[in-house]
Amino acid sequence: MAVEFEMPRLGESVVEGTIGKWLKQVGDPVQEFEPLLEVTTDKVDTEVPSPVTGMLLEIRAQEGETVAVGTVIAVLGQAGEEPAPSPEAAAPQEEPAPALAAKADRARPGQRPVGRSYLTPVVARIAAEHDVDLAEVEGSGRQGRITKKDILRYLEQRQSAAPAPPEPHPAAAEPAVKAPLPRAAIPGLEAGDVEVPLSKIRQATVRHMRQAKDTAAHVTTFFEVDLSQVVAFRASHKARFAAEGIRLTYTPFFVEALVAGLKAYPVLNAVLDGDKMIYRRAINIGLAVDLGEEGLIVPVIKNADEKNLRGLARAVVDLAERGRTHTLAPDDVQGGTFSLTNHGVLGSLAGTPIIPMPQVGIMGVGAIQKRPVVVQVGEQEALAIRPMAYLSLSFDHRAIDGATADRFMATVVAYLEGYGCET
Amino acid sequence: MPEMSLIEAIRDALDTEMEQDERVIVLGEDVGLHGGVFRATDGLQQRYGELRVIDTPLAELLIAGVAIGAAVNGLRPVAEMQFADFSFPAFDQIVSEAARWRYRTNGQQGIPLVIRMPYGAGIHGALYHSQSVEGFYAHVPGLRVVTPSTPYDAKGLLIAAIRDPDPVIFLEHKKAYRMVRGDVPEGSYTVALDQARVARGGQDLSVFAYGLMLHHCLEAAEVLAGEGIEAEVVDLRSLAPLDRDSILDSARKTGKVLVVYEDNKTLGLGAEVSALIGEEAFEWLDAPIMRLASPDIPAMPYNHAQEAWALPDTGKIVDAMRHLAGY
Repeated sequence: MAVEFEMPRLGESVVEGTIGKWLKQVGDPVQEFEPLLEVTTDKVDTEVPSPVTGMLLEIRAQEGETVAVGTVIAVLGQAGEEPAPSPEAAAPQEEPAPALAAKADRARPGQRPVGRSYLTPVVARIAAEHDVDLAEVEGSGRQGRITKKDILRYLEQRQSAAPAPPEPHPAAAEPAVKAPLPRAAIPGLEAGDVEVPLSKIRQATVRHMRQAKDTAAHVTTFFEVDLSQVVAFRASHKARFAAEGIRLTYTPFFVEALVAGLKAYPVLNAVLDGDKMIYRRAINIGLAVDLGEEGLIVPVIKNADEKNLRGLARAVVDLAERGRTHTLAPDDVQGGTFSLTNHGVLGSLAGTPIIPMPQVGIMGVGAIQKRPVVVQVGEQEALAIRPMAYLSLSFDHRAIDGATADRFMATVVAYLEGYGCET
Repeated sequence: MPEMSLIEAIRDALDTEMEQDERVIVLGEDVGLHGGVFRATDGLQQRYGELRVIDTPLAELLIAGVAIGAAVNGLRPVAEMQFADFSFPAFDQIVSEAARWRYRTNGQQGIPLVIRMPYGAGIHGALYHSQSVEGFYAHVPGLRVVTPSTPYDAKGLLIAAIRDPDPVIFLEHKKAYRMVRGDVPEGSYTVALDQARVARGGQDLSVFAYGLMLHHCLEAAEVLAGEGIEAEVVDLRSLAPLDRDSILDSARKTGKVLVVYEDNKTLGLGAEVSALIGEEAFEWLDAPIMRLASPDIPAMPYNHAQEAWALPDTGKIVDAMRHLAGY
């Protein structure tokens, strides 16, 4: 009788697969264990063998289609046999076929999985640890299986083929083919553990954070800033902004200060591209917006240098709001030239933020706290209570040296401390 | 350093310990006047007298029981089971008494007893003179089980076993007795009772073996070396407790594991070594763990061709290693 053939689970964490190519067409005879189709997952491409000898009666998932594991993708049977009607088309049959549905990835008793589709524990572990696309590894084991030696040799070649770490390039920031998410060796699930597939945002974060850490030479420098002027300015203008429907937060002040710093030190508003630097004309400030459990998104204030405080405040409110309501356009999260993260909102005093690639710097703002500080009043030194905050700058030491970074930060600090006092 | 056969090294160890510790006595069937059926105790009675080298009746239960009693009362008996196959009548004394004494006395008293047992096939010993008994004894908590594969280890392990405060089952492969020769230091030395030994280094696969099989594995490794496959051969030496660290180190290094043992396959040392590696080194494995052992047949056949069929040998080990290397 006809056998429904389901999308096999090709890995522990793989929940879906994309039909790469049907190697047999409807009406073709197939032998048991003969490759039936190629399935593409985000990790590997795999030939899936036929569970039975017979004929391919029906294809229910076309090439390029992505379906969940367990979805019926084909019907196999004997020549002349009618495929069972698809579930949508017919009432349940008296003899439910799924009970007989073959699991192509399950070895039959006495039958070992062989060839490239089967990974031994050590190969799976090394591939996960080193983020290896197994499609690129040649297999010298039985029937093409990838052995430990094969993957170690591949890693060696990859190492020697790429003496320098991959250079950040604007176009390369979002690779067309997504590399598999790196994994560490993890003990199996135990009772009570819950396995949750990563959201798209989290998957992107995994890639981007790792790429940034693997690429940039992160150094973080800390400054302290007296925000008396900013606090006073905000207090006196807050109501007026509110009357116009704009909530005036501290963020636009920091964006303004960054613009001043970036104008003075354009090397921080730049991209390191192999053996050259690209200085950006536009100053586009990426703004880290916390979406709670969902993750973090970084919308961009475009041309921040062309906006006044009102314009910046409006942009900050607009982007944060649209971030939280999932109404950002793809363009809103691209093109940043420098980034700002205001982690102090939740009380953090100082942080060492990760630089979004391919930018070369990101500034973190710690909590604004009233602290006793020594101030100079004429000839006298006195203790005063001032709203203080720690600013941190993570910069890519490959592109920028510490002295430049600190001069930049001094400019930012001076701008904030003298806010509204400039002539 | 004199070269000795394995049996000569056993005798040398007994002689050395008896000479320097008068608490050491030897007892067993034909060990005195006759010097043992394998000559392991040859000359000891003449040298140390009938009170220290005791011929017993053909009653293994008695040998074990008397030895346990002597040990409890301060002696260091080395009992010989003429063939390991004959140790089963003594099983109750060994398992129910000797192995539990330390526990039963709340850790206060051990039984410093060594029971030597010639074991193994390959000498046309057939049903009653060929068995591998290590699986039975290694299963029992409270017993150490060791087996030397070289004359050096035979002497060093036996002296260490005699000095150990608790019971040790000392297994000697009878075919290795005269087949294996090697340098043995004069005088007294010990080999740790709980340590495996890397007999041959390699990185392509790990072969775990002991006793006679170790030598077949070393020969097989030489054959494979000619094909560019470097096998690491580990002599387990201590079957209980297993030297977990050495086993896991080698398994993690090579990722491919073959356990070779002469005992029948089911529930033998191969099962325990495999399970250990499966539990602790799964993520390092590059192939299924393989066991090569004798088939699960009731007894070793007498017929030469059948005996050869039943036993792992160099050729079979070469095939298994080659298969594993190519996996």
